[in-house]
Parts: sequence; structure tokens; C-alpha cells
Amino acid sequence: MQELEYPFDAEQILQKKKSLRRRLLADTSVKRIPKKIAVLGGSTTNDILKILELFLLNYGIEPTFYQSEYAQYWQDVMFDNEELVSFKPDLIFIHTTSRNIHDFPTVRDSEEAVRGKLDAVYQPFEQMWDKIAAVYHCPVIQNNFEQPFCRLMGNRDVFDVHGRLSFVNALNEKFYAYARSHGNFFINDINYLASCYGLERWSDPFYWHMYKYQPAVPAIPELAYNIANIIKSIYGKNRKALVLDLDNTLWGGVVGDDGPENIEIGQETSTAQLYSEFQGYLKAHKDLGVLLAVDSKNDEANALAGLNRPDSVLKPEDFLVIRANWEPKDRNLVEIAREINIGTDALVFVDDNPAERHIVRSQVPEAAVPEIGTPEQYIIRLDRSGFFEVTNFSEDDLKRNDMYRANVERARQQAGFADYHEYLLSLDMKAQIRPFAPMYMSRIAQLTNKSNQFNLTTLRCTQAQIEEYAASPDYITLYGKLEDRFGDNGVVSVVFGHIDPDQPEAFHIDLWLMSCRVLKRGMEYAMMDTLAAECRKRGITRIFGYYYPTAKNKMVKDFYGQQGYRKESEDGQGNTVWSLDLSDGYTNRNSVICVNS
Amino acid sequence: MTREEVYAKLNKVFQDQFDDESIQVSDKTTSADIEDWDSLEHIDLIVNIEKTFGMKFTMAETTGMKNVGEMVDIILQRTAR
Repeated sequence: MQELEYPFDAEQILQKKKSLRRRLLADTSVKRIPKKIAVLGGSTTNDILKILELFLLNYGIEPTFYQSEYAQYWQDVMFDNEELVSFKPDLIFIHTTSRNIHDFPTVRDSEEAVRGKLDAVYQPFEQMWDKIAAVYHCPVIQNNFEQPFCRLMGNRDVFDVHGRLSFVNALNEKFYAYARSHGNFFINDINYLASCYGLERWSDPFYWHMYKYQPAVPAIPELAYNIANIIKSIYGKNRKALVLDLDNTLWGGVVGDDGPENIEIGQETSTAQLYSEFQGYLKAHKDLGVLLAVDSKNDEANALAGLNRPDSVLKPEDFLVIRANWEPKDRNLVEIAREINIGTDALVFVDDNPAERHIVRSQVPEAAVPEIGTPEQYIIRLDRSGFFEVTNFSEDDLKRNDMYRANVERARQQAGFADYHEYLLSLDMKAQIRPFAPMYMSRIAQLTNKSNQFNLTTLRCTQAQIEEYAASPDYITLYGKLEDRFGDNGVVSVVFGHIDPDQPEAFHIDLWLMSCRVLKRGMEYAMMDTLAAECRKRGITRIFGYYYPTAKNKMVKDFYGQQGYRKESEDGQGNTVWSLDLSDGYTNRNSVICVNS
Repeated sequence: MTREEVYAKLNKVFQDQFDDESIQVSDKTTSADIEDWDSLEHIDLIVNIEKTFGMKFTMAETTGMKNVGEMVDIILQRTAR
């Protein structure tokens, strides 16, 4: 919904929150994932919940909220508030601010006393986070502290240990250290938000003293948007690719008219420098695993000539797909998604031309089409939109572009083989299929939240849950990592299930997923072989598989059938149950991948 | 701005705020007359009125207003040049 996309009109959102909510809920075409979110506040949080709900609904997440009584965030956790315990939150957001620091240092304090005060403020937080991790096993989003709105000592406040600014900065450092050493714990950087918004308006004392609101009510949409971005990222709803126009988007001027030597890029003019900075910002996304593509109305030769300028920061090889032609952009966009093998809802389309944005928005409404403004606003508009909010960062993200590129090369190689089996053999595939291991936990959790297409039950898991299953003797867990002559694909398949508590010879597959980047490589057979072997080791004679249809996983509707399972039942929604009998043994199906050698 | 003009704008704010196009406020209207008008909605209402009329209430005014009539008095004072 345009009203809820950055840059939004915060006042309008506050004013029309009721009708916006009504309109969002009326749109039943979107299937939203339900999530229980506990908001534990150190100040009034009513409006925060209301606005956060709007942004989450817009992201395809349907929240149910628990709200702590005023400023009871710590007590609720530490004294096991029954309502909170029985609510069983999927996620906890702790909304505390500098207003919740009651014992700031004074100039009379010794340095040691200041350190004591620092610990006295910090320790209860750490206690609370540890308790949440132990009791609720759910992700925590914790505000850092915004700068105090006044400075008793003026500029000295920031470096003198007695200053409030110095104190808040030291506290924040402690929060960050905790975040660095604990998974499933995320900082909501209100300190940054407040400075972008303007600290004086953010911390307007009127709202605190009148209603105990911090930040000020008009700033709440900014705050809620930031929280929604973290939440949608945790639940795998980040975008994955930037699809970019060229003329007046990546450089100044029109390469077809002006010639590649006359477009503005490089360091010669201020406009050229501006576009170079933007290209550098886009290129840095590659390391985060964001895929880049070009969608431009140009002759391909001209497009390439522009990108091949020595001073162009982005080069043709930075893009997975370059579509420079005279087809409508929305059609190119759909083709690009198909070629990279990701959904159109994973795309961000960046184009300076409002008419092109309009066409794409109306034809491919699930793609993000930001209002990027004028060239000097491009970076800020994209950056603040939070399309690629990084909550978990794994080795795989660093390599993602290479992996997708290797796929393109594989596709080319495939063309040279008459026989598909022969082609697969030529890939020299080696797989590691083993129980969940510590170094892959974050990637495994990330996959359960990201994979939509090759995913039989679409069960989303937090890292804490993944670790729990891995440690349980009642579970069999397997990750599959696949390497071939073109490169390492990383962890691409995740399977786990549990032994039936009533029938130890029966096993239920809770989750089966595979990344689409290794589709049709035989990896699923190698996984099934290993699962069957693991089951037989434990004396299991029957495996049950489940398929729950979603809008995206039709491709695996008959997956278990192809694996030799028998269909047991199907209900009105198309949910199917399958089983495989192991009592007469099991014949391996994989013949192209070398496993665990 | 006349009192009538203030009311025309004010009714629109109230209608948006409570998502109810039938709302018409008058001098005597108080929070007791509108079902959803609780202390939390009041905050947003004040923010919206301030935005609509391009003015700000002081803390003393916000706590002292007895009914919509007094609110309109303040808006008229503040927007008069």
C-alpha cells in the first residue's frame, strides 16, 4: 500500500490509521503469516502497536499483540507475568528509551561511582534478555538509547564520564556487545532514527509529560516502520534483488542519444560524482547477497558501452541479467525474475521515470517500486526503505552473487550435453549431508524463513528452535551442502523430523526444503537416501511425509510421489499425507552426487 | 477564520480520527459523547488538530480544555492574525 511505503506521510498515517487498517484487512488476496508479538514498554506504547500493526500487515504479517502495563517491561519478564507466559510470544520487542534511565551520573561522582551506575542500569537489561532466551526462546528486538535532549555541560557532555551523553554512549556500547555475542537478539537503532528525525522533535518533552510518550507521537510512524523492517527481515520477507534502469538512474544523460563518452559518471562533474556515489552504494549490496540486474530501454550495445566506461563503478559483470531492449519494462522485469529464478515479490525496481514506475507498479504490484526522488535523494530513499534489512548475515550472503552466476554458466554448459544424466555427472557434484552443525545454524534458520517454492510444509523456524531440534534425541536433522566444478553452493537443503512418541518405528518429516538454485540436480534424492539410512539405523520402518500447499509451493505437490511414497490421504485444502515403507529395505536413488566422501 | 470554518475543518478531523463520517461536533461536545474518544485517542486527536490548523496547544491548554467549544476558542485565538 503506497501510503505505508517510504517516504510516507507520517501525519496522514496517524490520522487515518483506522481506515488504513480497515483497507488492509479487507484485502484478503494476501495470505499473511500470523505472529504473536509482545511489546514490553518503558513508556506508553499504545500508538506504537497500532501503527506497527499497519506496517506489518502491509508486509504480509498479521500480528497479535501483548502489551505490558505502563513501564512494566522488566517486571513482566522477571516475575513471569502469567498473561505474558500464556501468550507464548513469537517475538518480544522491548521499547525502552533514555527516559527509563533513572540514575544518571553527576559531576560529584567518582569515576568508579560512574562505572557502578553504568552497571546498575545495564545489569537488569542483561538479566532480562538472558531470562527471555531461557524461557521464551524467541527473537528479541531491543531499543538502544537515544541521545538525551539536553546537555548539562554543553560539548563536554559527550567525553566527560559524568556527562549524560557519555553515559548513554557507554550503555549503548554494552548493548551492542551483547548483540554481537548473542544470536536472536537485534538492536532497534532509535539513536540513529532520532538523529535522522531531529532529536528535539523526537524527544519533545510535551509528549512525555502529557502522556508518557517517548518518542513524540508524530515520530511514531518512523519508529514503527523501523521495527517492522527488522521483523519482516527476521521472518524472511526481505527483498532479494535490485532491478535497475540505466539512463538518469545509474548515470546522468541518455547513452543512446549522448553517446557513452558524454554520459555523466566518474569524477569530472558534480553530477558525475553523485551518480558514482550511487553506483558505489548499489555495488556494495552485492556483498550482502543482494542480486543486481538491469532493466533498460536501450540498445544492448549502448547499455554495455555505458557500463564499460572505465570510470563506471558498476560493470556489466556485476549484473546477473542485463535486459536492454525496447520491450515494456514490466515484461522485462518478469523475465528477469524467471531467469534468476526468484519471485517477482523479491524485486526492487529502481527507475527515475515516474511513468515507468507506474507501469511496473500496476502490472507487477508485488514488486517494490520506490519513489526514489531526485538523484541526490536516491541513496537515502533506498537506504531508509529497509528493503534489505540485515538481521542475519552468513557466509552464504557474501557468495550469493557468485553462486547465481555459476548457475548461469551451468545453464550454458547444459546446452552442450544431449543426455541430462551425463550433464549431471560432468558437474562433479560433492555433497555433505549431516545432522545440523553449529556453524550452519544461522544459515539453516535463514533458509527455513526464506524458502517458499521447494518447501513441503513451509514451517518457519528461529535459530533457537533449530538448535533445540539438533540437540534432541527424538529428532533427525539433516543439512545438505552441495559443491560442484563451478563452485560451492553452500547449504542448500534442510530436512528434519521427529520420531513418533507413541510408535518408535514411525517417523514424521516436519520440514523438507531445498533452495531453488540447485533445482534438478538430484540433491533431493541424495537427501532422501541419507534420511532413509538414518531412519533405518534407528529401527524406523515407516516415514510419513506431509505436503501443505501455499501460493508458492506447487512445484513440490507430487514430491513424495516422485520419491516412491504412497499417498495416504488428502483433505479439502489439498493437504496430503504420504508414507514410505522401509521394512523391506531401501534402494538408493541418487547416482550423480558423491555424498560425504 | 470564522467559528463555522473552524468547525467545518474540525468535523473532518474527528471523522478521520474515529473513522466515522456521521460525527458532527459542537461547542458542548465532550469526550463522553464519542464512543472511542479515550485518553489515548485524545493524544492523536490533538496531534491531528495541531497539524490541520498549523498551531500547537500548550500543555496547560491541553489539560485545561473542558469541551470542544473551548478547544475552538483556542484555535481561533491562535490562528487570528
